[in-house]
Amino acid sequence: MSSIGPSSRSIVGRLLAHRSARWALAVIALLVVAAIAGPWFTAHAGHEQLDIVKLKNTPPSWRYPFGTDQYSRDLLTRVLLGARISLAVATLAVLLSTTLGTAYGLISGYAGGAVDAAMMRVLDGFLSIPRVLLLIAILTLWNPVPLSGLILLLGATGWFGVSRIVRAQTLATRHLEYVESARALGAGTGRILLRHVLPNIVTPVIVTATLAVGNVIALEAGLSYLGVGAREPTPSWGSIFFDGVEFFAGNWWVVFFPGVAIVATVLAFNVLGDALRDVLDPRQLHRSAPVTPGTQPRENG
Amino acid sequence: MADPLLRVRDLRTYFYTENGVARSVDGVSFEIGAGETVGLVGESGCGKSVTALSLLRLVRPPGRIESTSEILFDGQDLAKLSEKEMRKIRGARMAMVFQEPMTALNPVFTVGDQIAEVVRVHHGGSKKEAWARAVQMLETVGIPAPEQRATEYPHQLSGGMRQRVVIAMALVMNPALVIADEPTTALDVTIQAQILELMRELQQRLGTSILLITHDLGVVAETASRVIVMYGGEIVEEAPVDELFKNAHHPYTEGLLNAMPQVGHERERLATIPGSVPPPTAWPKACRFHDRCPYAWDRCATEHPPLYQIGPGHSSRCHLAEEPERRADKHEPFVVMAGAEGRP
Amino acid sequence: MSNAPLLAPSSPLLSVRDLTKHFPIKKGLLGKTAGAVRAVDGVSFDVMPGETLGLVGESGCGKSTTGRMILRLIEPTAGTVEFDGIDLVSLDSRAMRRLRRKIQVIFQDPFSSLNPRMTVGAIVREGLTIHKIAEGAAADARVRQLLDEVGLRPEYVSRYPHEFSGGQRQRIGIARALALRPKVIVCDEPVSALDVSIQAQVINLLEDLQNEFDLTYLFIAHDLSVVRHISDRVAVMYLGKVMELADRNSLYEAPQHPYTHALLSAVPTPDPAKEQARERILLRGDVPSPLNPPPACVFHTRCWKAQDICRVVEPPLLQVSPTHQVACHFPEERKLV
Repeated sequence: MSSIGPSSRSIVGRLLAHRSARWALAVIALLVVAAIAGPWFTAHAGHEQLDIVKLKNTPPSWRYPFGTDQYSRDLLTRVLLGARISLAVATLAVLLSTTLGTAYGLISGYAGGAVDAAMMRVLDGFLSIPRVLLLIAILTLWNPVPLSGLILLLGATGWFGVSRIVRAQTLATRHLEYVESARALGAGTGRILLRHVLPNIVTPVIVTATLAVGNVIALEAGLSYLGVGAREPTPSWGSIFFDGVEFFAGNWWVVFFPGVAIVATVLAFNVLGDALRDVLDPRQLHRSAPVTPGTQPRENG
Repeated sequence: MADPLLRVRDLRTYFYTENGVARSVDGVSFEIGAGETVGLVGESGCGKSVTALSLLRLVRPPGRIESTSEILFDGQDLAKLSEKEMRKIRGARMAMVFQEPMTALNPVFTVGDQIAEVVRVHHGGSKKEAWARAVQMLETVGIPAPEQRATEYPHQLSGGMRQRVVIAMALVMNPALVIADEPTTALDVTIQAQILELMRELQQRLGTSILLITHDLGVVAETASRVIVMYGGEIVEEAPVDELFKNAHHPYTEGLLNAMPQVGHERERLATIPGSVPPPTAWPKACRFHDRCPYAWDRCATEHPPLYQIGPGHSSRCHLAEEPERRADKHEPFVVMAGAEGRP
Repeated sequence: MSNAPLLAPSSPLLSVRDLTKHFPIKKGLLGKTAGAVRAVDGVSFDVMPGETLGLVGESGCGKSTTGRMILRLIEPTAGTVEFDGIDLVSLDSRAMRRLRRKIQVIFQDPFSSLNPRMTVGAIVREGLTIHKIAEGAAADARVRQLLDEVGLRPEYVSRYPHEFSGGQRQRIGIARALALRPKVIVCDEPVSALDVSIQAQVINLLEDLQNEFDLTYLFIAHDLSVVRHISDRVAVMYLGKVMELADRNSLYEAPQHPYTHALLSAVPTPDPAKEQARERILLRGDVPSPLNPPPACVFHTRCWKAQDICRVVEPPLLQVSPTHQVACHFPEERKLV
């Protein structure tokens, strides 16, 4: 066999070779580390009011790098805690929505015919409901919402897009000859879906999910900002931002730091999603050998 | 003989890939006379399609036509022309017919528009004149009700009709040379017969030269007057068509001819060429076919054979030309001895 | 009568009767049926144990659909497929899955016929796992043996399909089909995507395996010379129907159906001397749409011998000799070369 080119390196290797992906991965890694380990290293608890008289709204300093808020709480601690909440909520919600959407799309696409038509009409119905308005309505009634409830709601309203993509890919894949071969071997539906269809359509799902994490972080921040998201004393970036916004005029730092955290995270996930799309492109991954003139394998070993 | 229409000298097209330099076309020289049909045959990966793209200067990066190459056409060296000058030649003096008629046509324009577009690009003139020419061309390629068909989109036509449209598009400027890259491979055999007949007829009427690229030796036998066989980016044999099929000299040509199922030998084992075409980044040293050749001897692994002249108009890149007695010594090729695939 | 099979010394392994597939064309939101593509329309033939039946025709003639219906990858609209006396069409899906061991398939496209995310070993092993034939080390050994049988190195088990050439990939597909020791293999254009020299390797392999394992092939292809080489008997299809069915020599040496004449005469021969002498029949126009096939004889719109009767009465597939059936009102023996 001829040497295997860089195109067949592992996905991680290819991702690390991608310049903007490197950047995005670094930001995300930093955030995750900070979210997990950060609060242990700061001196204060997130809701600890340090000195409501002297340390109210102090600007950033060596002692309080992000400053303090109007309740004299250390903003750095709060942003780090917020990272936990925001990342955890977004990741779990996306995990839920991706699982739901993938299952729905796989079944719809593979079943085809009347089942598919019915399932798609139902989906059209869901898609016609504006997600943000629906969430505001539910969260207004369910207030205060526990974090698990928030994750459930964000997940349950986020799978429509994924299921469309999965269905389209499944439709395209189910008549490929390797799927037919599996049927001819006697494989059952479950085996075909899990071993033959899913692994081959997982690329757009991963890309969509990555983009969705950024999207859900922004969405959650928006909901918190509107006062219907994660509530005190658990700070999410959105609620920190929301707390600070009425004092924004004099105290820029209470809005600036959570705002930067939100923007950087959303951006990093979007960039990573785009990079994954490049890196996971099956044409690059699996068609590399026959297409480019250089990598045609040899018959002899 | 007067100057040929096309004289290619030492054409080299290399692709600079991550895996090394792919020498897809590596020192190819040939000529095509006016009104002649030349067949260019070989298996995938032998360099025949890259040769065609090189003639039209359609090779894209990382591919590059090396500076040694000369493509003398109509008295000018195409290898040296600017892209702008080259555009005046493409579609006008030299045109291409692609394998896949569906992808060679733009799905959002009517076929009439697409042919008229070629006329207007090269010829100017009014839209109406160009349209009239398009309709006339469709009639020439045997499309019934051409006025109506001209207003249709590619997907409304059958595969055979589409290939006729592609041919009409190639011929509309009355080019001196048409390069047809596997023009019938995507078509059914009865439609292929129609298209080959059409090409033959048009050539007689218009005097166009044709370079016919194909992997199908049957199509070559039916259409071409001279055949060039490529392997490993080089020409390995060139001969008039009768001579090639009667007295194939190069072991690769012989292998190709024997590998085809033959009447009267049903259910017998087919002769095979063991192994497969090596990648263009790693052509074997010396003779590029030596590891798959049933006659190869030590010389073949050390000395690159030139194109030996072995008869009138017949040349072969094989040392057997100098040591014909070696043909008696048929043996297992080196790939098989090295233990590669292919059951014996 | 019309659908009578050829009389044969032994009983057929595979017996196809009046097999039909109409793909409905749905229109509108409610999916009202607006017509049907008559992909296969009443096809009958037998395949004897150990023989190769070639199924030829141009694209859209229904040959691949026929193959897929025999495998029950497509559900027939009507007709029966009997394998060893069991009607496959009426089997429930569990019983069918068990029977799939006996009937395997090799597809055309060496690139889409192998799951790109599975190793060669996993691909070849899958059938063994599904039917619980072998597990663990026994399965490993069997996979290696299968790779060896198709002329691949057993070390290749852990490689992925994209690392192989077209010919090698086709061998992997053959190993997968062979794993279950099937009786019948439906070969759907197995060499069409390969270069001539590689094609010859795969044809030789298929013939060797047939001799070694007593396989029966239904060999679907558009390449008439390949079919001639490998088949014992050949059926010619056009617009979903069998036009002519005969043993190889009768079909190629003395074809009787005008469509077969045209088809055979269209094949270019790689011999310029014969090429000059060859009689060419150029068919007019294209194959009509299977959505709306011509009435009675489907070939009459392109046939130079067509009479009034051809437009009104469908010619049945009739026996003209013990080994030769033709569906034409005016069959005529004709030598083409």
